[in-house]
Amino acid sequence: MSESHGRLPARWSWPRPGSLLTFVALLAFLAWSLAMLKIRPGELWDGFPAMLEVLGQMRPNWDRFVPISWRMLETLQMALVGCAIGVVLSVPVAVLAAKNHAPNRFVHALTRGLVTFVRTVPDLVWALLFIVWVGLGPFAGVLTLVVETIGFCGRFFADAFEETDQGPPEALTAMGARNVSVFACATLPAALPAMTNTALFAVEKAVRASVVLGLVGAGGIGVELKTAMEMFQYDRASMIIAYVFAMVFAVERLSGWLRSRI
Amino acid sequence: MTAIAVGADIALAVRGLRKSFQGGRVPVLQDVTLSIRSGERVALLGANGCGKSTLLRCMLRLIEPDAGTVDIGGVQVTGLRGRGLRRVRARVGLVFQKHNLVPRLSVLTNVLHGALARGLSFRVWRQSWAPAAERERALTCLDMVGLAHLADRRAGQLSGGQSQRVAIARALMQQPTTILADEPVASLDPVAADEVMEMFCRLVGQQGLTLVFVSHNLEHAVRYADRLIALRAGRIERDVPATGVQIEELRGLYE
Repeated sequence: MSESHGRLPARWSWPRPGSLLTFVALLAFLAWSLAMLKIRPGELWDGFPAMLEVLGQMRPNWDRFVPISWRMLETLQMALVGCAIGVVLSVPVAVLAAKNHAPNRFVHALTRGLVTFVRTVPDLVWALLFIVWVGLGPFAGVLTLVVETIGFCGRFFADAFEETDQGPPEALTAMGARNVSVFACATLPAALPAMTNTALFAVEKAVRASVVLGLVGAGGIGVELKTAMEMFQYDRASMIIAYVFAMVFAVERLSGWLRSRI
Repeated sequence: MTAIAVGADIALAVRGLRKSFQGGRVPVLQDVTLSIRSGERVALLGANGCGKSTLLRCMLRLIEPDAGTVDIGGVQVTGLRGRGLRRVRARVGLVFQKHNLVPRLSVLTNVLHGALARGLSFRVWRQSWAPAAERERALTCLDMVGLAHLADRRAGQLSGGQSQRVAIARALMQQPTTILADEPVASLDPVAADEVMEMFCRLVGQQGLTLVFVSHNLEHAVRYADRLIALRAGRIERDVPATGVQIEELRGLYE
């Protein structure tokens, strides 16, 4: 070995007092939360026989397969229509939310804030609002999914617009193209793969959400599931759950395959 | 030493141009004044950071100058907005060091984008929507750079040299009177750089265009330019005809 490089740095060093204090505080908060939430694993054991009894009754009953299938089709239609409208509306929203395309900082911040707000409010709350507005049924569900999709795609489309290579837009600006042409000819084609990816995730998300929306009366298969559970018809409920699983699984596989081909 | 030509055939005139960054703490251009006659070929030389690229971008207001004026074809660019600014920009082709093509679009569509500012708007967004005459013109521009056979290929599949040729075809599609080029062959290997530069200057000469190009390749500067303008620390240090200049003399600019 040649001459020494000086003293080797220690393999381990004590964390700084601030980091240590934060870590201890987090640990204390976690322990306090466990106590506050009355988490008693014993109850899992005590309630296990009752759970087994319900599970025993959950042998799928396929006698209502045809009417349930129509509800399932309605669920899928709600998801696709809500998502399609949401994706289209997300594009202008994302343009205003993207730092490099918004007309000014205020519009950028305002649109980003609105998109975050839309995403923060749970889908069941949106559904209840739209039920008040347009009444019970799939229309309220579709409106909920449109808003949910805008919250999701609006943010990720905006990120995609911000992350595109700024060279081609600069080249088109330099040759005197209008902003709309610069966006359509340079930014949009570059962002399209990321946007397609996001839109496919949005479809998956909408399909899953559309199942739950029926629980509050916003159309789709959820209405049937809620009725079956409330009437203790666990055989019907289990059939609906199996059906929903098959549909969500198929949509996720299809979307995954499509994403792999982008 | 600076020179201002007086007369009707001035393609480009810059007067008292200043630009600084970081709130004035980093001056990049300091009182730059020059004028370039129609059909003249000018090489802009100087060390990294001396303000060459900023000068080109200020000419088209891609970077807003702090002070000074720029005239292109007799129109004062500084002070223009909206359509007026776009009209002036449409007459100037800008070729970048990195070709700046849209990789996912076809070569022909990229060339057609050169016609974006000529009032055709969305008709030239995609080659499939473009009027036959524009498609024909775009193919002619591609033919000039020897790549008509690659019209259907995606721009992202081209080599560096091919991409830069397409960028030149796109600039020609603008039907410009002036071309500004920011180190157009700096990212190419020496053989490709010579080929592309040779072809670029031949096309510019054939069409009687004014050319301002930034280069660190002193051989290219002396061979292809009529006039050499050298910047140092944001000021014009030399402005001389290219004939008779020895490359060794120019090396001092980089010290």
